[in-house]
Amino acid sequence: MRTARFLAGRLAGMVVVLVVISLVTYALFLLLPSDPAQMSCGRPCTPENLAIASEFMGFDQPWWRQYLEFVAGIFQGRSFGSGPAAVHCSAPCFGYSFQLNQPVTQLIWARIPVTFSIAVGAAVLWLVLGVALGVLAAVRQGTLVDRSAMAFAVAGVSAPVYLLGLLGILLFGFTLDMVPVSGYVPFSESPLDWLWHLVLPWCVLALFTSAVYARLTRGQMIEALEEDYVRTARAKGLSEPKVIGRHALRNVLIPVVTVFGSDVGQLLGGAIITERVFSMPGLGSLLLSAVGQGDLPLLLGVVLFAAFLVVLANFAVDVVYGLLDPRVAQTQR
Amino acid sequence: MSTSSTPVLSVDTLTVDFETVSAVRGATFEVAHGQVTALVGESGSGKSVSATAVLGLLPGNARVGGSVRLNGEELIGANPARLRQVRGGEIGTVFQEPMSALNPVLTVGAQIAEAIRTHRTLTRREAWERTEHLMATAGLSEPARIAGSYPHELSGGQLQRAMIAMAISCDPVLLIADEPTTALDVTVQAGILQLLRELGERLGTAILLITHDMGVVADLAHDVVVMKDGEVVEKAPVLPLFAQPAHPYTKNLLQAVPRLPELELGETAKAPMDDEGAREALVSFRNVVVEYGGRGRRDGVRAVQGVDLQIGAGEVLGLVGESGSGKTTVGRALAGLIPVTSGELEVDGVDVARASRTTIRGTRLLRGLRSRMGIVFQDPASSLNPRHSVGSGIAEPLTLHTALRGPALRKRIVELLESVHLAADFADRYPHELSGGQRQRVAIARALALDPALLIADEPTSALDVSVQMAVLHLLKDLQSRLGFACLFISHDLAVIGQLADRVAVMHHGKVVEQGSTAQVLGAPRNAYTQRLLAAAPVADPIHQRRRREAWQSLARTP
Repeated sequence: MRTARFLAGRLAGMVVVLVVISLVTYALFLLLPSDPAQMSCGRPCTPENLAIASEFMGFDQPWWRQYLEFVAGIFQGRSFGSGPAAVHCSAPCFGYSFQLNQPVTQLIWARIPVTFSIAVGAAVLWLVLGVALGVLAAVRQGTLVDRSAMAFAVAGVSAPVYLLGLLGILLFGFTLDMVPVSGYVPFSESPLDWLWHLVLPWCVLALFTSAVYARLTRGQMIEALEEDYVRTARAKGLSEPKVIGRHALRNVLIPVVTVFGSDVGQLLGGAIITERVFSMPGLGSLLLSAVGQGDLPLLLGVVLFAAFLVVLANFAVDVVYGLLDPRVAQTQR
Repeated sequence: MSTSSTPVLSVDTLTVDFETVSAVRGATFEVAHGQVTALVGESGSGKSVSATAVLGLLPGNARVGGSVRLNGEELIGANPARLRQVRGGEIGTVFQEPMSALNPVLTVGAQIAEAIRTHRTLTRREAWERTEHLMATAGLSEPARIAGSYPHELSGGQLQRAMIAMAISCDPVLLIADEPTTALDVTVQAGILQLLRELGERLGTAILLITHDMGVVADLAHDVVVMKDGEVVEKAPVLPLFAQPAHPYTKNLLQAVPRLPELELGETAKAPMDDEGAREALVSFRNVVVEYGGRGRRDGVRAVQGVDLQIGAGEVLGLVGESGSGKTTVGRALAGLIPVTSGELEVDGVDVARASRTTIRGTRLLRGLRSRMGIVFQDPASSLNPRHSVGSGIAEPLTLHTALRGPALRKRIVELLESVHLAADFADRYPHELSGGQRQRVAIARALALDPALLIADEPTSALDVSVQMAVLHLLKDLQSRLGFACLFISHDLAVIGQLADRVAVMHHGKVVEQGSTAQVLGAPRNAYTQRLLAAAPVADPIHQRRRREAWQSLARTP
């Protein structure tokens, strides 16, 4: 009952955040010196043609009307123009890219497998690597193991993805010729090629991010090992791996999960630099090209989708939090 | 001394060194079968370190020397696997704060079952059954429900009973109880001590009790080992130790313990009724209610429900109660730190209740009032800003409320430091350079900086060792009689209250259940709760304590 109320509250909060984000993003249409109608009105662009294009796209309406139609489109789908030239965008319609002549939803949908493949693989890798390194460093605090792990962490944090990525391509792609240097093969076509193309992006992304997790985990673990309940666990005769794994780690994971959730949410919305470096057609590169082309409907759609993923990830974190920490369920209302 | 021939635990010339500090210097003591041996001392005496050394749980930077034998087997230098068998298997341990000593993310039952399965080959189901059985043995009335609860869902007393159930889960020969009741209320403490006594007698388990509280020693121990600065200064059975302490340190320690008068539990009151209104009231609470967190449709928690209190000018009112009784909330309401939900609260003619509810005008009113009010909190380590020197900490109220500046300000600071028996050069030191007692003196000097008409002292000595506590209490008493301020003295410790207060009010569940002169309330209480509270408080005298314990047991049987 309490959990249900808590979840309902969080869901309502999610909706509010999404509405605010969509409004703010929609303001781009008014603020940016770019007019989709102008772009697709053809040459020569006479005022009459421009007016026709504007009306076709719905840009002749007042801004709030445009926004409401956009929102209505998400639930019911919408049509642009009328007669034989009309284009239909079925629900959920997040706009229509007049430059690419495709509904935004369809464009995003096509890119999702690429970005999700990159994000999920990298996230699993960095979580495992980061937590393992952090625990190891904390348990062997002050030794060579600790210092090497932290040196790695500093190096990892200070080496950005584009640098690591290019170095990786140079070393493993060209010099050693072990992995392909770019491109994406769908899993359904060839699982092995899919994996082979993703190994390097995963490693590069994971190396960078796991450094942050290693430091976070180490700090939390050192604190946890000082806790009274760890002393109790030792006093009842548990072996050290059990003390750490069963008693300390679960408490350590609580803050790690918080960071992990929002990191994954962000990454799912497009690994912009990674996709760029490895020439992968994911959401990040879709967003970049939308910015480059001034394709406002597409830009709006991708940004909103990314925001939705972040909000969803935070919601997931709240749920997992309740599972990991019984105290949370009691204080949350 | 003890009747049995071979001791369960014998510690011989134990030394523990941390880098440059030697924490234990050649401690020698024994614990006999079925006996309770108390290891007594103040903070830094090495008593806890000694116990941790017995368990082999000291951190890596500690060097341990000497010998620790359990039933004749040497534990120092034993291999780690054997030590793990001993821990939890042959030596059970109960720690101080049950709330933090249990893992917050695992159920209490799971943690006990884990201890059992570490040392016994039992199925999960069998371990769980044994867990519930042990919890019942530890005096928990609903073992199944409590086993399935998380620590935050239980009270301190329930948790400590669960801790004890865990400690005895593998039938240990020795139970180490490290300050087992320090974090608990007296009425709960009495129950836990009773449980430990029964277990020792019934199971024949030897108990090594580590404590700073001479009352607990008098209540439970058979033999006493007194430690100071890492050395054992005196060892004796409990009766002679209290009757004729040999070492001067033991004498000081016993003298420093504040005493409670002999308890009379008659139905009829012998003392005359309280003569209220004899002095003009400086502070008056009339039906004061304080609620926390009530918002919208949700009901708040009523921390204080209808309190009537009066403090006359120059009078010390002791406010006593257990955790959750609302005593601290009363203090905070008096200082205008939290809004008063309803009722009247006047301090020196200022309507604090109204001022605490209104924002802007109320703040101005309260600021004026606070210049006539001093507050001393429990933990001076956290109530003094670590980045401010002692002098600037004391100067702060003076620069806020007076025109004193430069040499005149400096002179006043030195005067205040001297009034709390600290040298003038303390003004340039920082809080971390001071001991706990010195920090509390600074906090008192700061509270008295503006010559307040009222001092609010919330557990001012609870974080201090007994000998330091006595000095601080004497200081407060001396300052009070010299400066004549009124004082609300809040404490959970009846004996401390008895040292200082003219009148005592007892709080229970947000209400004042009894108030009257100190002699009457502490000597011949009328309210049933006050009687239970007083009977539960252990006194530092084994014979006197035995009578009190019997009184407590008879009261506990008739709720």
